[in-house]
Amino acid sequence: MIRRLMVANRGEIARRVFRTCRELGVETVAVFAGDDADAPHVAEADHAVRLHGDRPAETYLDGAAVVVAALRAGADAVHPGYGFLSENAAFARAVLDAGLTWVGPGPDAIAAMGAKIEAKRLMAGAGVPVLPSLTFPAAVSEAEEDARGLTYPVLVKASAGGGGRGMRVVRDPDELAGAVQAAGREALAAFGDGTVFAEPLLEHARHVEVQIVADRHGTVWTLGERECSIQRRHQKVVEETPSPGISERVRATLLDAAVRAATAIGYVGAGTVEFLVAGDTVAFLEMNTRLQVEHPVTECVYGVDLVRLQLEIAEGVRLPAAPPAPSGHAIEVRLYAEDPARDWRPQSGTLHLLEIPGVDARFGRPPLERGLRLDSGVESGSVIGVRYDPMLAKVIAWGPERAAVARRLAGALARARIHGLTTNRDLLVSVLRHDAFLAGDTDTGFLTRHDLTAPPPRVPLFALAAALAAAAANRAAAPVLGGLPSGWRNVPSQPQRVAFDGPAGRVEVAYRLTRDGLSAEGLPDVRLVSAAPDLVVLEVDGVQARFTVASHPGEVDVDAPQGSVRLVPLPRLPEPVARVAPGSLLAPMPGTVLRVEVAAGARVAAGQPILILEAMKMEHSVRAPATGVVSALNVAPGRQVEAGAVLAVIEEPA
Amino acid sequence: MPRGEAAGAVTATGRGGAVGAIESRLDTAGAEYQARRAAMLAKLGELAAEHAKAVAGGGEKYVERHHRRGKLLARERIELLLDPDSPFLELSPLAAWGTDFPVGASVVTGIGVVEGVECVIIASDPTVRGGASNPWTLRKTLRAMDIALENRLPLVNLVESGGADLQTQKEIFIPGGRIFRDLTRLSAAGVPTIALVFGNSTAGGAYIPGMSDHVVMVKERAKVFLAGPPLVKVATGEDADDESLGGAEMHARVSGLADHLAADEHDALRIGRRVIARLNLRKAPGTGSVRPPRFDEEELLGIVPEDLKVPFDPREVIARLVDASEFDEVKPLYGPSLVTGWATLHGHPIGVLANAQGVLFSEEAQKAAQFIQLANRSGTPLLFLQNTTGYMVGKEYEQGGIIKHGAMMINAVSNSAVPHLTVVMGASYGAGNYGMCGRAYDPRFLFSWPSAKSAVMGPAQLAGVLSIVGRAAAEARGQTYDEQADAAMRQMVEAQIEAESLPFFLSGRLYDDGVIDPRDTRTVLGLCLSATGGAPSPARTGFGVFRM
Repeated sequence: MIRRLMVANRGEIARRVFRTCRELGVETVAVFAGDDADAPHVAEADHAVRLHGDRPAETYLDGAAVVVAALRAGADAVHPGYGFLSENAAFARAVLDAGLTWVGPGPDAIAAMGAKIEAKRLMAGAGVPVLPSLTFPAAVSEAEEDARGLTYPVLVKASAGGGGRGMRVVRDPDELAGAVQAAGREALAAFGDGTVFAEPLLEHARHVEVQIVADRHGTVWTLGERECSIQRRHQKVVEETPSPGISERVRATLLDAAVRAATAIGYVGAGTVEFLVAGDTVAFLEMNTRLQVEHPVTECVYGVDLVRLQLEIAEGVRLPAAPPAPSGHAIEVRLYAEDPARDWRPQSGTLHLLEIPGVDARFGRPPLERGLRLDSGVESGSVIGVRYDPMLAKVIAWGPERAAVARRLAGALARARIHGLTTNRDLLVSVLRHDAFLAGDTDTGFLTRHDLTAPPPRVPLFALAAALAAAAANRAAAPVLGGLPSGWRNVPSQPQRVAFDGPAGRVEVAYRLTRDGLSAEGLPDVRLVSAAPDLVVLEVDGVQARFTVASHPGEVDVDAPQGSVRLVPLPRLPEPVARVAPGSLLAPMPGTVLRVEVAAGARVAAGQPILILEAMKMEHSVRAPATGVVSALNVAPGRQVEAGAVLAVIEEPA
Repeated sequence: MPRGEAAGAVTATGRGGAVGAIESRLDTAGAEYQARRAAMLAKLGELAAEHAKAVAGGGEKYVERHHRRGKLLARERIELLLDPDSPFLELSPLAAWGTDFPVGASVVTGIGVVEGVECVIIASDPTVRGGASNPWTLRKTLRAMDIALENRLPLVNLVESGGADLQTQKEIFIPGGRIFRDLTRLSAAGVPTIALVFGNSTAGGAYIPGMSDHVVMVKERAKVFLAGPPLVKVATGEDADDESLGGAEMHARVSGLADHLAADEHDALRIGRRVIARLNLRKAPGTGSVRPPRFDEEELLGIVPEDLKVPFDPREVIARLVDASEFDEVKPLYGPSLVTGWATLHGHPIGVLANAQGVLFSEEAQKAAQFIQLANRSGTPLLFLQNTTGYMVGKEYEQGGIIKHGAMMINAVSNSAVPHLTVVMGASYGAGNYGMCGRAYDPRFLFSWPSAKSAVMGPAQLAGVLSIVGRAAAEARGQTYDEQADAAMRQMVEAQIEAESLPFFLSGRLYDDGVIDPRDTRTVLGLCLSATGGAPSPARTGFGVFRM
C-alpha cells in the first residue's frame, strides 16, 4: 500500500493527483522550484521539498534531485504526472532503485516507446499500422527518400520527447536539411537527444487516441478513444470523447491496435496510444506512457478515476475483466495564457482573476450525470512565468449530448472572468460554437482552415464603462466634496477625459455627467443606468447591459455578456520617460537569450540575426533592422529578459 | 405691505413628515409654476450663452494658434490639475461683462480639488490678448486671492501672461501691487502658494513666481525676467537672450527661482499635483453619508416669480437645499417676514436667514440680530437667502424705531465672526441688501440667481422718486411740469436702473462671485461650506453697541 506519494511535477497535474490521494488517505509530497514557492500545488501538499536551481533542467527535470527529495520527505511512491520526467526511463529506474514505488509502466516499456523511431519499428512488428519514416542523422539523398516512400509534405519530429517540440512541416525537399538541423537543435536542448525523423504529413487527418489501462496481471482495458484534432503548433487545444467523426469500423481498428501496442511491450498502468485517422486510414503516431493532459474527458464518460487506477495498479490490484461502459459525451478545452492573434505567443504576468462560473467539480467527475469540471494549476493572483507551459486551466463539460455539452462549455468560457493575461478564451468559444465543430468536421488543420477570430467587442463602450466605474470609485474615495455630483461644473468647458491602452491601441473616453444624465463623445445612444466602482449598467440602443469592472494593479478588466476587454489606464500626466535610443532592439516577449550571433562593435547587415531568444517552446531570432554597427550588446546567452528590454543597439552610419 | 400676514403655505413642524422636515406645497403642475420655470429657463439660456463667451476665450483663431504651439488652454490646464471627476466651482465667470473687455476678464479662477486638497486656482487665459491684465482681471484675481486667504485654501497660479494691458496701466499699476503683497501674506499666514509657469511671466509678473512658496517652470516655455532683451539693452547696453535672462533651465540651475524644471506642460501639472500632495493638508474625513433633500432641486426653477413684487415662500427653497429637507425654525411666529432656523447642508451645520415677504420690519430686524448672535455662540455658519425690498418705511415704522432695529441687524451682520454665505434669489434693494449680508458685508461667498435684482430701490420706485422731486422743483419755480418729458424721463431711468440691477451687470462688476443655476445652489453651497471649513473662525471680537 502506498502511504506517502510524491508527485514529481507541478501545476494542475500535481493538484489533480493530490486530490485522489486525499480521497484515498494517501499523504502527499510536492516538489517545487523557487519560482513556484507560492504555487497552489505546494500549498495543497502535506509536505513540500524545494528543488534548488532556476532552470527546469536544475529542478523538475533533474531526476537525481527529485529522487533525493522523495527520500528526504519520506515518500514511498512517486507519480511523475505528465511532461518533465514522466517518460524518462532512467528516472523511473532511479525511483525503483531507490526502493520506491513507481506509478507508471516499467522503465523498459517507457524506453521502448520513448525512442519514436524504435517504437514505430516495434509497433509495425506487432501488427499496428504505421507510416514510413526516414531517420536523421542520415544522408539525405533523394534515393533514400524514395526508398522509404517519403512523399512531401513531410513532418520532421524529435525521436525523444513529445508535445510538438521541434516539430516542423516541410513542403519542399530543399528545406528539409534546414528543418532537420533546427529540429535537432531544439530536441537536443529539450530532451538531450538530437535524433529526429521525418514521415509523410497526413493532412486533413484526425488525431484520435485510445486510453489504455493495464494491470500487472494481464488485463488490458481500452477506455474508448479521444479525439484531439483541434491543435495549434501541434499541441492539443480541444479534446473530446467519443470522437464525433469515426466509423465503428475505424473505432474497432483503433481499439484493437491499441491493445496490440500495449501487449507488445508488456505495458502496465495508464497509457495512451495515438493515431492519425484519415478516412479509413489509421496510422500509429506514438504511445504516451503516462497520464494524458486530456484524461478528464475519459474520466467523465467512463466514470473512472484514472489516477486512482494508476495507484491501485502500482499496488498490484487486479482490474475487473471488463471496463465500465461509457455514458454521454465530454469535451475539454485548454485555456492558455497565449495570444492567438500573435502566433500564439505565450503570455506572462499576474493572473489577477480566474473565475469560471458554474463549475460543479474540481479535479474530479461532476457528481451528476452532467456538469462542468475545472482542473487548474493556478488561482487568482498566481504569477505565470516564462519557464513553464502557460496553460491556465482545463475546463471540461460533460453531458448526454455533444451539442449541448459544447454549448454549455462555450457559455461558461464566455462568461468566465480572466484578468491579467491575454488568453485563447475567445478562440475556444469560437471553436465550440463553430458550425464545422458542431458537425464533427474536425481535423488537425481546423484552426488554420477556419477563421475563428471573434468579432471584436465594442471597445469604446467597455472603456466608457471602465471610466464611469473609476469615476464612481474616485467619488467614493474623495477626501473632500465626495458628496457633490461627479465632475460637477458651473461653467462647463470640456468633458472628463480618460485614456486606456486597449486591445487595438489607445482608446479615449470623453464623458460628462450632468443633471440630464450621461453624455459620452462618440456614443450618443448610450444612457447611464447606474455606476458603481465594480458594476456599470448602460443602456445601449434601448437595451440594458451590465459591465462588471475590476481594477487590478496596472489594468482594468471589463466583463460583459458582449465580451471581455482588458484596458491599461494611461496616466493623464505621465512622467517624462527616458527615450529609447534609436536603433534599439527590444525583446519582443519575455524569454531567455539562447545564442548571441554577433559581437559588440560588429558591422551587421539589415536582416542579419543578432541573437536568438527562446520564449516558451519557440526560438525567435532578433534581426538587425538596418545595416550598421552593434554599438551596444546588453545580453549574454542564458540571460532572462523581460518584454521590452533593450537587447542591443544598432547604430546606423550617419 | 400689511403687517401680520401669515407666512404662508409652508410650515416647518410636524405634518406627518419627519420631525422638522419641511412640507412642500409647491404645485408643480400649476400654470404659475410652469410660467416661472419657463422664465427661469430662458434666463439660464442667456447665462449659458454668456458663460460660453468666457469659455471661448480669445476666440477660435487664438485658441487654434495656442494649441498649434503645443500649449494647453487655461481651462485645459485646470482640468488636468484637478482630481479626476472632482467638482470645480468657477468664480466670477462673468467678470468684465458689460465693459469694453471680454467676458471672463482673460483669467479663470475657481475652487477645485487637487490631490484631495481644496485649492483656489488662478489661470491666466493667454488666448485673450496674450493673457494681459486689465482692471477687471485684477479685480477678479484679487477676489480669488481674498477667498484663498479668508478660507485658508492653497493658491495655485497657472501663469502665462503678457503682463498689464498698457492701455489701462493707470488702473492696474498702483492697485496691482496688492497681488504680490497678498501672495506673501498668504504665505505668512501659512497658506501655501504655488506657481506653475507655462509661459511669459515678466516684469511685474515675475513676482508671481517670485513671491510663491513653490515654483515649477516649463522647460523652453517659461520666461521669467524683470526686463527682456530690448529693455536690458536700453538700460545697460548688455546683450542677452530670453533663455539666459529668464529661461526655466536658467532659473532651475542658476538663479534658483524655479524649484522644479518641468519637461512640458503636462509634466508641470504633474509636479504641481505632487507638490500639493506633499503639503500635508488633508482634511479629516467628512461626516459620512449625507441625506439629499426630500424634494427635487429641479423644482427650484419654478419658485421665484418673474415679478419680484409677488412674494414667495423661501421654505420652498430651503426644502430643496438642505439635508433631508429638515429645518428647525426659530421664532416661526415672530417677525414672520424673515425665516430663521437651523439645518445641515451636505453635512455642514448652518443657520438660515431668508426673506419671506420682502419687507423687513422692526421685529424681523431684531429676530435677525438675535439669531446671528446665537449662530456666533455655536460657531454655526450663516446662509442668507435674499429677497428683500428693504426696511419698512412710513411714519408708524420710523416712530417704531425701524432705523434702530435695522442698525441692530446690520451691526450683528457686520460683526458676526462665523462664515457667511449669501444667495440673492430675487430682490435685494435698499438697506435690506446690507442687513442680509450684501457684498459690502464680505460674506465668504455671494452668488446670484438669474432672477436676482439689486439696487438702492426698485427701478419704478427710483423713477417715481425722481419724478416727484422734479415735479416739486418745477412747482417751486412756478413752472408747469412737462408731463411728456416726465414720462420719457421715467421710462429712461427705469430702463437704466433695471439694466444696472440685473445679475449679469452686477456680476460683471464683481459684485458677486457668479450667477448660478438655482438647481446648482445646494452643490455650490456645499462646496463653499467645505471650503470655509478649512479656516477656523476668527476669534469673536464682539459687536458694536446695540442701540435699544
